[in-house]
Amino acid sequence: MDPRTTSRRSFLTFAAGLPVAGATLAACGSSGPTSTSSSAAAGGDSAAAGSGATYWTLTGQPQEDIRKATVARFNTANASTKITQTLFQNDAYKQKIKTALGAGQGPTILWGWGGGGLKSWVDAGQVDDLTSWFGENADVKDKLFPAAFGAATVNGKIYAMPAETVTPIVLFYNKKVFEKVGAQPPQSWGDILDLVPKFNAAKIAPFSLGGQSRWTNMMWLEFLFDRIGGPEVFQAVFDGEKDAWSNPAAIQALTEMQKLIKANGFIKGFSSITADSNADQALLYTGKAAMMVHGAWTYGGMKGSGGDFVTGGNLGYMNFPGVDGGKGDPSDSVGNPAQYLSISSKATDAEKETAKKFFKTAVLDADEQKAWIGAGNIPIVQGADSLIGSGEDADWLKFQYSIASGAKSFAQSWDQALSPTAAEVLLDNIAKLFQLSISPEQFATNLNATIGQ
Amino acid sequence: MSTLAPPVVKGTRSANSGGRSGSLGWLVLPALLFFVTFGVVPLFGVLFLSFTRWDGIGAIHPDGLNAWRSVLGDPQLLHSLGVTFLIMILSWLVQTPASLLLGTFLAGHQRYRGFLAVLYFIPLLLSSAAIAITWKALLDPNFGLGAGLGLSFLQQDWLGKDALAVGVVVFIVSWQFIPFHSLIYQGGVRQIPRSIYEAAEIDGAGRWRQFVSITLPQLKYTIITSSTLMVVGSLTFFDLIFVLTAGGPGDATRVLALDMYKRGFMANLMGPASAIAVILVLVGLGIALGLRRLGGTDQTDSMLEGA
Repeated sequence: MDPRTTSRRSFLTFAAGLPVAGATLAACGSSGPTSTSSSAAAGGDSAAAGSGATYWTLTGQPQEDIRKATVARFNTANASTKITQTLFQNDAYKQKIKTALGAGQGPTILWGWGGGGLKSWVDAGQVDDLTSWFGENADVKDKLFPAAFGAATVNGKIYAMPAETVTPIVLFYNKKVFEKVGAQPPQSWGDILDLVPKFNAAKIAPFSLGGQSRWTNMMWLEFLFDRIGGPEVFQAVFDGEKDAWSNPAAIQALTEMQKLIKANGFIKGFSSITADSNADQALLYTGKAAMMVHGAWTYGGMKGSGGDFVTGGNLGYMNFPGVDGGKGDPSDSVGNPAQYLSISSKATDAEKETAKKFFKTAVLDADEQKAWIGAGNIPIVQGADSLIGSGEDADWLKFQYSIASGAKSFAQSWDQALSPTAAEVLLDNIAKLFQLSISPEQFATNLNATIGQ
Repeated sequence: MSTLAPPVVKGTRSANSGGRSGSLGWLVLPALLFFVTFGVVPLFGVLFLSFTRWDGIGAIHPDGLNAWRSVLGDPQLLHSLGVTFLIMILSWLVQTPASLLLGTFLAGHQRYRGFLAVLYFIPLLLSSAAIAITWKALLDPNFGLGAGLGLSFLQQDWLGKDALAVGVVVFIVSWQFIPFHSLIYQGGVRQIPRSIYEAAEIDGAGRWRQFVSITLPQLKYTIITSSTLMVVGSLTFFDLIFVLTAGGPGDATRVLALDMYKRGFMANLMGPASAIAVILVLVGLGIALGLRRLGGTDQTDSMLEGA
């Protein structure tokens, strides 16, 4: 073999491995360590050129139009300091904002979910402390629901402006299907278990569930934990108490959950249905499933896509019922107490001023409140119920307002309250729990290992 | 591919034999430069990151071997490796015979075969994400093909049962890539000199005998090339599985690439994710090398020379 052949051959061997290396690295390319951090400064400087600010938020109707309109109103009133708004699809945004912050290319105003995600931004020094600003602008703070500030607070300091709407998780049901089967909406967990065979016998799935999205399964556990053991059970996890997941109430909740799954309480194939495609909502309004535990935000989707399902009065809703003998208060709720706007610490002073002016004058102004009410949502403003009026969504809005204002405890969704690292382990194990591939005890052991992360 | 390469090399060698310099080393420069910039440099970056603790947005802290310890001590790694190899082996077993037969069939010059070749080629033109979304919709147990046509045997929980989900992934991967490998085999079969078949016919060999005794052995290096592409390519299945099952149900289809993504970009653990990336590169290089060895030591010689 002559040397040239050898070298060509080894090069080919090398090249054969190239697709792997290339693809692997492409996946990690955006996280290149040194080059990105050096470009951070450059990104900050170039953004300083204009005196306006940038604002990243999410797409999706009807929220998208309301977000755009608020910015448009601000820009008309402040022609010299305009805000440039960029909208992203929900899951894409989570990755995009992380990469952009790591690279120092983030916007002035960051839209977020508060809680553990906000804490990771705070720990990385990416967002500004707004405590003193809220102190100086007490009117802004007093205008909003006090409960909304919990998930904006990290280590006793406020790092985000609560905005938009409060969205509790509720139990939806299809009144037509209940009539057909001759059943009554459940008043307790025992009723739920009793309804399961009734609906299955009528070839209707008791519950719709988009299980592939995982956080959809999580909402069930949030309620069962609360109803059985009260809000303290998850609070102990959040506070990092050792072995908090092994609390007997937690084990009981997990066992009850698997009981419902084993009894075929959920639609066939739930573990391959995603919530993003709204297939879970479709199952409810087409009558293939009788009930669904889901966020209040799905109301708009069902109204838009379900024909006369909502307008014809076929959609029933209620707070998740209590568990017999449970310690939790049945008025408690879980969900998103608000959405959150933070200011990047890498922005220039002029940009920060624009952002604060936006918070003070445009966010949740009278027009935006009306728009949210019109879309069937409750803006997190004190006395927003006075705007409800008597439109076709009035009952739904009053129901939501009563939950939001009446809940003794309004817990933030677990995956948003916890750090992203712990949330991923949680979601992963929830998927396995619903697949019945792990027992409640294994679930507790796996999650106890993440406490404090 | 490797069967085509030898004549080219011979050609350049003879054309260059009268030149001043016999070295053609500079020819690799553009590719090498590209490879070093986008392959080797990031590779070292990932290797460096695998010894650190980093959440993707904050500062990078050196962390010794902790990331490696957490990855190697996690049963999830073995599971993901297992799933990766299972999907690799199953999709090889399905794709190789099917594309070999299809490729041989398409190598004929009949007009209807040319038409069929164009039809078979269509899945290759679609992006993996589009394919995944389409199949996901078709297989939906409540709104999919089975429910729509009222065919109960199609109304399985295709993506919700562990074994079925793996089967579906293998099926869709095969559906997507068989056309590509058929194309490689078609080219390989057309390279086989007609004279060999004529000689065999005179000796009284039937069609099947010709296929087993001439076509298959002549395609040895085409098979190796195609297998390398299949096997190494299946290490990086990500987009299809991510959209189709997101690794589920549970973790039944969580291949190594998906595990890496979940750790790095969803759980913010860039250190362990980088360690998995390094493992992926090593496994890929190992397999590619192994497959090259399988071809014997004289790979650069063409089978044609024996004809």
